[in-house]
Formats: sequence, structure tokens, C-alpha cells
Amino acid sequence: MAITASDTARIAKLARLRLSADAQQQANDELNQIFELIAELQAVDTKGIEPLAHPLSIIEEVSLRLRDDAVTAPGGLTERATLMQNAPGQHEGLFLVPKVLD
Amino acid sequence: MTQILKDFPNIASLRSALDARKISAVELTHTLLKEIAAQNALNAFVDLNPELSLEQAKTADQTIADGNAQTLTGIPIAHKDIFVTKGWQTTAGSNILKGYKSPFDAHVVEQLLQAGTVSLGKLNCDEFAMGSGNENSAFGPAHNPWHPQVVPGGSSGGSAAAVAAGLVMAATGTDTGGSVRQPASLCGISGIKPTYGTISRYGMIAYASSLDQAGPMARSAHDLMLMLDTMSGFDTRDATSIQTCRGVGNQIGRVKQDFTQHAQHIAQHGAKPFSGLRIGVPEEYFGSGLDNGVAKAVMAAIVQFEALGAQKVSISLPHTRLSIPAYYVIAPAEASSNLARYDAIRYGHRTEQYTDLTDMTARSRSEGFGAEVQRRIMVGTYVLSHGYYDAYYLQAQRIRRLIAQDYQAVLGSKCDIILGPVNPTVATPMGEKNQSPTAAWLADIYTLSLNLAGLPGMSIPCGFAPGFDGQDLPVGLQLIGNYFEEGQLLALAHQFQLATDWHLRRPEPRTGDQA
Repeated sequence: MAITASDTARIAKLARLRLSADAQQQANDELNQIFELIAELQAVDTKGIEPLAHPLSIIEEVSLRLRDDAVTAPGGLTERATLMQNAPGQHEGLFLVPKVLD
Repeated sequence: MTQILKDFPNIASLRSALDARKISAVELTHTLLKEIAAQNALNAFVDLNPELSLEQAKTADQTIADGNAQTLTGIPIAHKDIFVTKGWQTTAGSNILKGYKSPFDAHVVEQLLQAGTVSLGKLNCDEFAMGSGNENSAFGPAHNPWHPQVVPGGSSGGSAAAVAAGLVMAATGTDTGGSVRQPASLCGISGIKPTYGTISRYGMIAYASSLDQAGPMARSAHDLMLMLDTMSGFDTRDATSIQTCRGVGNQIGRVKQDFTQHAQHIAQHGAKPFSGLRIGVPEEYFGSGLDNGVAKAVMAAIVQFEALGAQKVSISLPHTRLSIPAYYVIAPAEASSNLARYDAIRYGHRTEQYTDLTDMTARSRSEGFGAEVQRRIMVGTYVLSHGYYDAYYLQAQRIRRLIAQDYQAVLGSKCDIILGPVNPTVATPMGEKNQSPTAAWLADIYTLSLNLAGLPGMSIPCGFAPGFDGQDLPVGLQLIGNYFEEGQLLALAHQFQLATDWHLRRPEPRTGDQA
């Protein structure tokens, strides 16, 4: 089953990537090559095999921890400034984005 | 050009010199920063902060003067640019994080700083650790110190190059599909990926969270042990950090204690230190595709293990071949999810012109991410999308279980450890694998299954084989153990290094002749 140009366009949109027409064509070709490699998986009989999400669950029970719902980091204007220093657009502790509501 | 670290074959010898005041950490740091500049053509380092390095060195000298030196006090290291660091920029080798300044240090960075190491800077790597030649870096490729026109391997290519060139005693790396073991192998150094969950991923920029694991790279197994012991330990800030390893607390000292016990056990056997050790050699690791020279060097190392008393056992890991498609579904799936955070809002590159919020994010991502990263995001998005999740992602996770079961069927019952090659070839010329998106992936055949299973594995130098330009290039031997058996692997590798000198071979320093 080949991946079509419209599939590729749909995936790019879902992935929030903006590909030029050339890049999209190339991505389409590459995806088809990649899925040729991946297609091998489909032929394997995995009836009754449970998916393995956490590798160590093969030997022991794994339960993921939740942290306490508590404030752990000190909060102040200095900390805020440090945390926001990498923002491409900011104003008084707020992240600036293009207008989303008219 | 002088190479100051050439006088110190390992961390212990440098420790003695520092403690005896034959050299100070500050002098050492000064000299190494000069050597890093002189070997700039390697492109191993991507960010330096001499002031901060010297400050750390001063602190180390004070600690030594106060008589409080620990094993790693004053030892020069550097971090793969995947670990976030205060004071050095952190980019994951990507333009999307160009100039990013982390407000905090990664757990691994904290641990090594606390142990007294001196960080010389940040090391080149494939963008978001996606690659096996360090050619997918926004900073341009790092070069292999053994030959300027061949790759150092990847994704921890800068780490491997810096250690091999003698610019640091050790470096941090990360291994999602072989990214510590493969560059270690191609640069003739030692590297270990421990059991999944033993080192905290806090502050390690995420690629594929169920596979990512940090690991040290150094010149010997004993040095790896010292680094790994310091880097390991339970950390509440990583949800998959493990608290106990088969009943033993996951904390500093665990690896060292295991190593010491195994080393003592080995020493009891005298001239046949590996008596009673069963080494499994998987038939699937020696099939077609393995370079003759590499096969020869690896087989010679296995013979050496036998000469030291080990017993060779033929084993089969029947699902090895499927690790490539399974990995290239699972890793991109997790990557597409992890990399969704680069939205051009809170941090990272933002495009100059856009129409609305969605357009801003999409344009910024396509400008900021390199080709391989976008490719894997596309694959991951597809396999997780409606209607394909079960057929691809869940199927890959089922096959992941079959792969993990392959190992459990042999480790313990048929053999104690597994030996084999790390990479099918020695380091290849730059640019060779850029033609097709899947060409480079096929070479990951011997390393991917370990990450899928979460097992520990390492690479140690075991010889040379003819490569590009007729030059002999390093070959690595892979040692694979059962869960939490890092100490055993390191003790066996250490014993092998006592009997051989492959790990002591160094490339000739090259200056100014790189492209």
C-alpha cells in the first residue's frame, strides 16, 4: 500500500511541519521507502503477544510513579525571568503569540 | 603539538598526579582548552565557556588542597549537547534550539559536578541524537580522530572524538539505538549503555523516552566504571527512574560494588580468570553484511576470552532482524510526540513571517529541524495516526517483546554474557550514507535490540580492520549482559583490557588538515 501525496500532506499538517512542494514530494518518496522497510513487521505472527511498552516489565512489575501535586520550585520574578529568557516573544511574564481570536 | 592527557592512560593515573600536586586542575584545564582550540578541525566541541571551566577547576584544586578529593575531583570531562547545562548553551545539535540557555542542569551534569569533575564544554552530536555518523548536526559533522574524512559514528560522535583525541578523560553520551556503543567502537574507545532506568533522564533532551539512556564514554572499562557509578542512581524527577535493581538500591556505589565483587571473583582463577564463564555468540550477528575485517577482529577477541578460560556457546537470537523495523516504528513514534514541544512559543526558533499561530509553529519547525528529524517526525506521526496505530505501533511493541524474550531465553540458562560486533563495518567515509533514508539504519542491526529490551551493553576496542583510504580503523567488541549486570560487564571488560592493549592505542593528533 503506497503512501500518496495527499497522505503525506495530511501527515505534515498533523506534525505541524510546513513542507515546500519539492520537500513534500521528497518526503513522499522517502516515506514509501521507509514503509517498505517497516512492512516486514506485518508478516510476523504476534497472536497472543502483549505489546511491551516499558522494557523492564519483561522481568518485573513496573508502575510509573506520580509525584505529589505540590509546588517544588521557588517562584519569584527572578526565577520567572530565568525561565522565560528563551522565549522568542514575551511581555511582563507572558508569552506572546499571534492573535488567535478576532 | 603536545598532548597532555597522553601521559595519563586512565583516570587513576591522573588522580595520582593531581593528588601529588604534579599538576593542578587549573593548569590541566588551561592546557586542554588550548588543545581543544588546536584540534578545532575535529569539530568535537560546539560550545566552550573557559571562565566557567576554570572556575570548576579552581574549586577542584581547593578540594584537593583541603584533602577532600574524591575519585573524580579535577578530572576533565565534557557533555554531549543533549544534556542541559547552566552556563553552556544547549541545542541538541539543532537550529531549533540555537542559543538556548537552560535554567537548570541535567541530573547527570549535577552528579558529575558534585563529584568534582571539570567540564570543558559541550560536545557535537546528531540532531536530537538521530543519526549514526554525527552528520546530522546543525554545527556540521564531527570528524574521526583516526582519519579526518571518516565519520566518528553517532549520535554521540563529538563525545567519542573528544575522548579518542585525548581532549577529555571521559565524556557523557546517550544511547537510544546504539549512540554510545557505536561511536565508541568507531573511535577506538570504551562506552557503556546501562540498564534502562538506572541513570536519570532528567535534563536529557528527549528523543524516544522508552529507549533513551545515558552512558559514559572513556578510555578504559575501569574509567567507565568510575563514571557510571557516579552517573547512576534513583531520581524522583524522572518517572522511569528505577529505585531498586534486583533488590539493591539504585544509588551511587552499586555499580562499583558489583564491579569489585566480580573483579575479586575473576582474580581467584589466576591464569584462567574467565573460568566458568559462558559466552554466548549469536549466529545472527555473524551473517552476511558483516565486514570480513571486523568479523576477524571480533572473532579474535572471542578467542582471547576463551584463552582466558571462558567457554564459547553458540546461541540464537531469532528476532534480531526485526529490531530494525520495530525500532524505526517505536523511536519515530516517541520522537514525534516528544518533539511536539518545539512550538516556537515558549522557547526555540521562531520564524520571521507567518499568518497565524499554526502557521508560525509549522514554519518555525520546518526551518529549525533538519531533514532526518523531520523525516522521523513524519514517520512517527503516521504510525500513531488514526487507523494505523494498531497495525504499526502496537505491532512493533509486540515484536519488541519477542526481541526481549529472545535474550531472556539464553541469558542465565545458556550463557552468562553475549559477545559480538557493534557495527557491521569500521567507520565509513563522510557522506556515504546520505543517499537513501534507510541506508544508515541497516547498520544499526547489532545495537538496536538492546535498547528495545532495555539491557546493558558496552563496546570496547578489540582490534583494527582496513577501512577508507587503506587505513586501519578501530573495531569494537560488544558485551551484552542481563538486566543490572553492568558491574559484571565492566569487570570482564577490565580483565580483557589487562590482557590486551587495544584500548591503549591512540590516533596521531592531526591539526589543520581537515576539511
